[in-house]
Amino acid sequence: MVARHDRLVEDLAGRLEPVRRLPRPGLRTALWLAAVAGIGALLASRLAMIGLDGRIERLDLALAALGAVLTAVTAAYAAFATSVPGRSPSWALLPLPFLALWLGASGPGCLRSLVAPVADLPAEHEGVGCLGFLVCVSIPLSLLIVAMLRRACPLRPNLTAALAGLAVAAAAAALLMPFHPDESTVADLLVHLGVIGGVIGLNGLAGGRLLSRAPG
Amino acid sequence: MAVAFGALAGAGLSLGGGPRPLAAGRSAGLDRAAGETRTGSAMARERDLGSLMDAAQRGDAAAYRALLQACLPLVAGIARAQGVRGEAVDDVVQDTLMTVHAARASYDPARPFLPWLAAITRRRAIDRLRRAGRRPQEVHDPLAFEAEVDPGPGPGAALETRERGAALARAVAALPEGQRQAVEHLGLRELSLDETAALTGRTKGALKVNLHRALKALRTSLGQEKE
Repeated sequence: MVARHDRLVEDLAGRLEPVRRLPRPGLRTALWLAAVAGIGALLASRLAMIGLDGRIERLDLALAALGAVLTAVTAAYAAFATSVPGRSPSWALLPLPFLALWLGASGPGCLRSLVAPVADLPAEHEGVGCLGFLVCVSIPLSLLIVAMLRRACPLRPNLTAALAGLAVAAAAAALLMPFHPDESTVADLLVHLGVIGGVIGLNGLAGGRLLSRAPG
Repeated sequence: MAVAFGALAGAGLSLGGGPRPLAAGRSAGLDRAAGETRTGSAMARERDLGSLMDAAQRGDAAAYRALLQACLPLVAGIARAQGVRGEAVDDVVQDTLMTVHAARASYDPARPFLPWLAAITRRRAIDRLRRAGRRPQEVHDPLAFEAEVDPGPGPGAALETRERGAALARAVAALPEGQRQAVEHLGLRELSLDETAALTGRTKGALKVNLHRALKALRTSLGQEKE
């Protein structure tokens, strides 16, 4: 048995190559957020920011936007932190208050449209456009964060992947806000929630496998 | 972490390729002789392991070999603490070393080394336990076990016999002289009434009465002792 270990030690030492040390989770989060900001800047140069007109004054929408941004930041940090062995898995709790703020602040807008349905439901093509937007933004962000996380060693791949999914979904929703044509409505929120759930679920399923580093 | 520290301190590590401080404190006994506290030396060792990993990240194979050798008992200890038994411990050690190799870029020298190692080891131990749980287990057969009788004396049988003899000797010694003689000669040495009468100079009738009373007294005293 000991001979077996000695052989492995010799083998690993023989195969040793210098590695570039992984940056701290904070720095890696900042890198990923820079990519998000880059996509945002690209979109801003192409699309009309119709969503910003008269929206910043509305407290609930501003809070929802703030919640989405903070959720994206904290969930990304939690994903990068939990991908390093020896860091506490409790980091996964960090984005939860901001997630509550985001979803909670999105609620009143929906209630208003339920109680006083003067605001029309979004026309079908708008709903599809919004869905397409979320999906198109989510895919590159997911690929990027999973590629970055794979450089570390996530010992809880499913947890890390779900956090990455939350970060991507929140970032995509935050990016969508300036370009969104309508006030938030029930259908709107349902579409968002569906996409968020799908992104988290897909990341959890695929990412968990991609991130798993179990030998054999 | 106490397990890891204990294993580290108790293993008497010899880290040949390591930096100087390790060579100075080669065994726990030496450390204690030097008046160093156990925790202090464990922390120093942890720092040394961290610096070995730091060197390994830069490609120092000797430091890496020393580090992995030092990790072997630690990993085995953590795996056992996690509930891994028998040969599976060695499998966990192998899995852990391979994961350590694959994940060595994720170690940050500014942070302690043992939590990093322990997190990887625990995860690999849990993986191994889960895999073992999925495999069919040995069939339990309590009936076969109970039906098989061991013909030899049970464990502690000799001790029990000696204790019983001692108790009997004590009880006999506590009897009045006449009764003691009757028990010793008639009961224990199995002499006849005539022989005993000749030896002790008592009548056969007195011996019978004494034996009867002695057995009664013994039954009482030994019975009490048992309770």
